[in-house]
Order: sequence, then structure tokens, then C-alpha cells
Amino acid sequence: MDLFIHQVLAGLATGGIYACMALAIVMIYQAIHHLNFAQGEMAMFSTFIAWQLIEWGVPYWGAFFLTIVVSFIGGVVIERTVFKPLHNAPILAHIVAFIALFAIFNSVAGFIWDFTIKSFPTPFGQESLFGSGLMGAHDAGMIGVTLVLLVLLFLFFRNTRVGLSMRAAASNPDSARLVGVRVGWMIALGWGMAAAIGAVAGMMIAPVVFLEPNMMLAILIYGFAGAVVGGLTSPGGAVIGGFAVGIIENLAGTFIPVVGSELKLAIALALIVTVLMFKPTGLFGARIVTRV
Amino acid sequence: MTIDRTIASDDAANTPVAGSATKARMVGGIPVAWQRTAFFIAVVIAIALPFLVKNFTIFQLTTVMIYAIAILGLNLLTGYNGQFSLGHSTFIAIGAYTTAILMEFAGLSFYGTLPIAATICFAFGFLFGLPALRLESIYLALATFALAVATPQVLKLSPFEHWTGGVQGLLVFKPEAPFGLPLNSDQWMYFVTLAIGLGLAVCAVNLVNSRSGRAIKAIRDNPIAARAMGINISLYKTTTFGISAAYAGIAGSLSAVVVQFVAPDSFTFVLAIGLFVGLVVGGVGSITGALFGGLFLVFVPNIAEEVSKGLAGAVYGVILLLVIYLMPAGAVGLIRTAAMKLATRRR
Amino acid sequence: MSDPLLKVTGLQGWYGRIQALYGLDFEVPDKGVVTLLGANGAGKTTTLRALSGMIQTAGEISFAGQSIAGKVTEDIVRLGIAHVPEGRGTFTAMTVEENLQLGAMTRSDTRAIAEDIERAYAYFPRLAERRGQQAGTLSGGEQQMLAISRALMLRPRLMLLDEPSFGLAPLIVEELFAILVDLKEKEGLSMLVVEQNAALALEIADEAYLIETGRLVMSGPAQQIGSDENVRRAYLGY
Ligand SMILES: Nc1ncnc2c1ncn2[C@@H]1O[C@H](COP(=O)(O)OP(=O)(O)OP(=O)(O)O)[C@@H](O)[C@H]1O
Ligand SMILES: [Mg+2]
Repeated sequence: MDLFIHQVLAGLATGGIYACMALAIVMIYQAIHHLNFAQGEMAMFSTFIAWQLIEWGVPYWGAFFLTIVVSFIGGVVIERTVFKPLHNAPILAHIVAFIALFAIFNSVAGFIWDFTIKSFPTPFGQESLFGSGLMGAHDAGMIGVTLVLLVLLFLFFRNTRVGLSMRAAASNPDSARLVGVRVGWMIALGWGMAAAIGAVAGMMIAPVVFLEPNMMLAILIYGFAGAVVGGLTSPGGAVIGGFAVGIIENLAGTFIPVVGSELKLAIALALIVTVLMFKPTGLFGARIVTRV
Repeated sequence: MTIDRTIASDDAANTPVAGSATKARMVGGIPVAWQRTAFFIAVVIAIALPFLVKNFTIFQLTTVMIYAIAILGLNLLTGYNGQFSLGHSTFIAIGAYTTAILMEFAGLSFYGTLPIAATICFAFGFLFGLPALRLESIYLALATFALAVATPQVLKLSPFEHWTGGVQGLLVFKPEAPFGLPLNSDQWMYFVTLAIGLGLAVCAVNLVNSRSGRAIKAIRDNPIAARAMGINISLYKTTTFGISAAYAGIAGSLSAVVVQFVAPDSFTFVLAIGLFVGLVVGGVGSITGALFGGLFLVFVPNIAEEVSKGLAGAVYGVILLLVIYLMPAGAVGLIRTAAMKLATRRR
Repeated sequence: MSDPLLKVTGLQGWYGRIQALYGLDFEVPDKGVVTLLGANGAGKTTTLRALSGMIQTAGEISFAGQSIAGKVTEDIVRLGIAHVPEGRGTFTAMTVEENLQLGAMTRSDTRAIAEDIERAYAYFPRLAERRGQQAGTLSGGEQQMLAISRALMLRPRLMLLDEPSFGLAPLIVEELFAILVDLKEKEGLSMLVVEQNAALALEIADEAYLIETGRLVMSGPAQQIGSDENVRRAYLGY
């Protein structure tokens, strides 16, 4: 039982990482109704920018917020330059464009900052909580940041006109135009926000996994899994899904023989597929009832 | 999200253009005679090539065809039936390991393993198609992607190590040309692959133009209407999944002997993503597109390497973006548009 | 006679390469109601889409003395043209109230917006009861009411209505048209109404235009068109 609780705690800590990423994924899904495969690489790139700023002597929080701003602008620019010309293209072309972006970010980051791992500072300190060595101050801080972000996003989408417009633009672009929503800009804004949230995720994750161009790959997959399990239409669901994936991954690795740490990923993904088969829109995804 | 059909679909090719009956017979706005000629020239070139180029180039061209076979399978599934897969590397792996293991442990010849690999992959594909029935678009994409991610890890598992060779993988023997034919083994495997590829392409064409093919496409275009027409959607979807996996399995089987080696890390999700890219670049819903997809997969990364070693990935990405801007309907779409323009000008 | 609110000359429209409108001329007078009639596929919806800048067009469209041809939808809406689209255009995942709020997206007078929402609820009490409900779960008729209310939230000068009676029970249709008459008479709202139910449309309209495969075939005062036996039999089918 003790082992179980320990593993759940440890799962919560890693789950925090996935939750953070899942939130970024759901954000962009809200804006463009696609899963962005380059999301992880964008986050990684943002994190390198923060690392560079800190190297240049910018204090942590200065670098943190500056990176968010730069990432936001970067996201908007990517949408306007790469994806706006594709907006009539079939979805398969979009996925290929994501793959292209993935390759570009990964390669450019490796070129500028090379592939050796770098440590990234945490603002929360490294000491261990509960004296168990399972959850550290940074893990707790990261979970806190994720939850704050979640609340801010919730308020933004629920209570602001821009948030409402973004939701309208994503769900029904034609109707949104007919009430005067500037759909193109809402999509760009969605990209900007997703990039900014991704940057936060990256900066929170980097102290745990070390910074290098490939750091996001597995995390992105877990993040997708969390987002999908929770429901792509629900930011809160995505966060819960992220935590769930972290916990499942840890428990499977510990309690299912043969699995070991090698197969954790596969087991987690298999569980997710199972969830989807019974709840195709995820655990918290809205079933949109439409009458004809 | 549904898969857009405005892309280089062969459906268009099957509707004769109005008013063309009096002139040369046309399919998709392109005279049939042209298409025949192009096909004939292509086959002649394909037969001549292995006598004209270096062995390494022959090997590359064989790889192009192997990719093309797998992309063709993916196309049947995604392009014609509307089911996503980012996990076809798994079926390639199953095909490759089936061949390698049977050759190593059962002493079968490569040719004997081929139908077994295809059958096993069909079964796996069919079975995977069952849960896939309940998953739509992105969810299916994620599930298949999960399959691709898990595959190398499963292959490395210790309980199977005796059979799979674990991380090391297995060496595979490359067959020599039989009957004393004056061909080296690279040339021989090239022709074997060419023959199998052509055969599979003919099968694919016949399939998509058959009654079943129409049902498969109807499911992609409008599942509700398809059900109302009495089409057994589940059966068609899972069978298509099986056939698609069998194509990939045959490609895997061929790759095992051509590369003379199977190992878990040859079958990562990068391969699955690559096939997907090949599908889109070649032309979704087009049989010939698969060949262009194969060419892209083999040669464009080399080109990117040559442009810049350090930034090869970025160059590849930029090329990929340019390709989808300039040829939104894939290579085949571009060629078809050009040929149609030419044909109309000539009239 | 003052200038018309909307004046259309030689309007052509395309879906991609397919032409659907072949040069239409018509006007909507200020505070007037005009109806556009025609068989299925005649191009009525297309005409409204052309006015809202949703498809590619050629020809001249002037609204309140200003040319709007070639403008994007978002800008046309801001000039005061509200469009109730075919199929109602409900934001299905949002609540009724959020749908209404979206209708006022181009306005910033928060207080007046709140008042207008209440006014919409007064017109359609059924919506008031369902203000927190997901709009996709409303009945077809309720969604139609919502679509019209959403359009009114713009405080438009001109409202384009695409088959407002579609799928509604006769009693509800009567109610709805009574409200439209109200809007016309009390608020001086101009309307361009597309309707399958020609008899009803002709009742509330001042002018009527008849179109067939993207071309105008007849126009005149609504009463006159409605009382012409031949027209009725040939085009309106009643
Ligand atoms: N998205 C589209 N793409 C191509 N053609 C279209 C499109 N929408 C409509 N059309 C064509 O344009 C013509 C006019 O259609 P429109 O929808 O304007 O008809 P309508 O008069 O509104 O008919 P209904 O009474 O059935 O609504 C039709 O021939 C139709 O096939
Ligand atoms: Mg219509």
C-alpha cells in the first residue's frame, strides 16, 4: 500500500508535466481543431530562448515573461506565414505542415544550441517535499503553475469577449464571420496563446528532464494522450487527463510484471485507446448535441 | 474532421469528360493514349535502369519501390477509405520480422515467407481495424501512432529475445538470382520488387474500381448514406485495414531481405510519419502517387543533407512546406493538371 | 422618393469556378421589406451570400450610399447588415445567452447589449427559459428564433433572412412573421427575405423579385405578384 501511494505521488509529479503539455495542446485544438505535432518542438525552442536569455544574465522571471511574449508573437507569425495560406488545404496537408515545422524547429535548435543536455533553473527550489524524495518543490510549483494557468484560461474563455469570439471562430467559422468575428485573427491569436502556454510548459518541464532539442518528444506523446483522455474540448479535462496518464504510467511500470520501465509508454497508450473505445470524446469532452 | 476529397482523387479520373466521346477517349481530362504511353515508357525505363546505374543506386531504387508499396497500402486505407493511420510502421515491422524469423528458424526461402507475412499482417490489420471502428480521425491517428511508438519497444522485450534478436535484431540472407540469370543480387531483388510492386498496383487499381471499391469510397465520403445503402461498414473498414496492413507487410518482408537486416530501431514512428508524408506528397487517393511518395522519402533527405549538413532537418522541413504549397494535391495532382492543360490546348 | 438602402446592379456570383448568379438588379428601400422568391436551386441563398461577401462576386452593391462589393464579411456586418443564414448557423456548443452575446460582437455598449438581450427574451420567451442551455439542444424552431434574435443583437439596418419559416410548425411561423411585421413597423428595420412559403412572404413584403437559375425573371409590388394567377401557377406553385 505504501508503495502504491508513493507511486501515485510520483505519478502526480510527472503527471504535472503532461498536464502542462496537454493544456497547451487543447488550447491550440480550441483554436484550430487540429492536433499540432510541432507543439512540443515549439515549446522546446521557447525554452531554449529562455535559457539563452538567462545565460545572457537576464534574471529568471524577466526571462520567463520575455519568453512568453516572444513565443506569443512567434506563434502568431507562424500562423500568418505558414498556416494562413493553407487554410483551404485538406487536413492531411496540415498534418504534413506540422511535421515540417517539427523538423525545422528540432534541427534549428540543434544547430544553434547543439544537442548536449543543459540544465535549466527552477524558481521553486529543488528540496524534496514530504521527505520522501518523490515529489519535490519544483514538482509542486509546476502543478501550481498549471492550475493557475488553467483557471486563467477558464476565465478568459468564459468571461471575455475575445475568448467568446475565439470559441465561436473555432466551432463555426462561417457563423462567426456573420456576427463580425475576425476569424483569421482569432486563429492567429489561438496560435499565439498556444505557443505562449507551450513556452510555460517547456520552462516548467526543462528543470526536470534537462534541456535538449529532443526533450519534448515523449512528453508530447504523453501530453497528447492526456489531452485525448481528458477530452480535447475541455482544458480542465486535459489537465486531469495529464495527471491520470502520469499516474497510470507509474503504476503500470511498477505493478505489471514484464512491463518494467521499457513498456510504460506502450501500456499507458494502450489504456488510453481503451478509454477512447468506451468514451470516444474523452472522459470530459463535451458531447455536442446537434439537431438537424 | 474528415479527409478532404478535392485532392488528386482517382474518382475524377473515372468520370469521362462531357463531349469528349467524339474525340480521343479521355479519362480525367487526359487522353487514355497518353496515359498508356506514359505507363509503357515508365516500365521500359524501370527495366533498363538496373543495367545503367551503380549497385547502390539500384538499392535506393528498390527501397523507393518498397516504400511505394507501403504507401500504396496506406493510401487504400487513408486515401480511399478515410481512415487515418500514423502507425503503418508496425505492419512493416511485422512483415519484416516474419520473414526474418521464418528464414532463420524455419529454414524457409524468402519467397515462401512472403505470403505468410502478408497473411499475418492482414490478420493483424483486420484485428486492429476492430477497435479502430470506434475511433474517429484524430483519435484513430493517435491510437495508430501509439502503435507505432510501442512497436520497437515490444520488439526489444526480453521474453521474445530468442526469436527477435532483441536490440541487436537479426541478419537476413539476401537471395541470389535463380536459374543462372546474369544478374547480381541487387539487380535480382530490384526486379523481384518491381514485379511484386506492379502486381500489387494492378490489384489496387482493380480493387478501387470494383463494386467493393465504390463501397469503400462511399464509406469515406458519407458513412451515413453508405449505411443507408446497405453497405456493411464494419466489414469493409476492417477488411480495408487488413488489406492495407498486408501491403505494408509485403513491403516489410521485401525490406528485410533487401537491407539484409531487421532491428527494432528500423521501425520507429519516424518510419510511420515518413509513410504519411509520402502519401500526401505523392497524392492522396491516387495509385501512381505512391511511387512519387517513395522517391520523396528516399531522395529528399539526401538532398537536404547535401544542402546543409547541420541544418538538414530544417531544409527537409522547408522542402516539405514548399511541396504542399506548390502541389496541394500531391505530385500526381500537379502532373494531372499539367496534362489536362496540354490536352485541352491540343484540341 | 429617397435613395434605396441597398442597391444591387449586375450582381454575379461564383462558387469556385461554377457561376451561380448571372447579373441581378434589385433594391431594398429604406424601412422596406423585399422578398426574393424562386424554386430550389434558383440562387436565393447564393444572392444573400453574395451580399454578405461570403462568395466571389462581380457587379455593384451599394449599401447606404457606400459600395460594399468586394468587402469581407466581417466589415459588411459592421456596416449594419445582419444575416440569418440558411441552416440557422447556431453556435451549437455554446449557451443561448452566449449566442446572443456573439450577435453583439461588433458593439461595445455593454449596458445596451444587456438590454437588447432582455428585449430578445421578451420577443421569444421560450429562449428566456433556456438561456443557459446548450444551443445545439434547442428544437429547430427555437434555433430559428435564436438565429433571428442573434441577428437583431447587431442592431442592424438591414436584415437578410434565409427561409425563416423553414421547418417550423404553422403556428410558430405565424408568430414569427408577426414579430417580423412588428420589427418592420415599430423599428423601421429593412429586410430582404428569402422564402419557400411565398404566400406568407408576399404578405409582409412591399416588393417581390422572382429569380430562376441565377437570373431575375420578374419583379413588382408584392401584392401585384401575389395576385397574378399566371405567376402564381408558374413560379409560386399555389
Ligand atoms: N457551395 C456550393 N458549391 C457549388 N455550388 C453551389 C454551392 N452552393 C450552392 N451551389 C449551387 O448554386 C445554385 C444556387 O443554389 P442556392 O443555394 O443559392 O439555391 P436556393 O435558391 O437557395 O435554393 P433552396 O431553395 O433549395 O435553398 C445551385 O445550382 C447550387 O447547386
Ligand atoms: Mg437556399
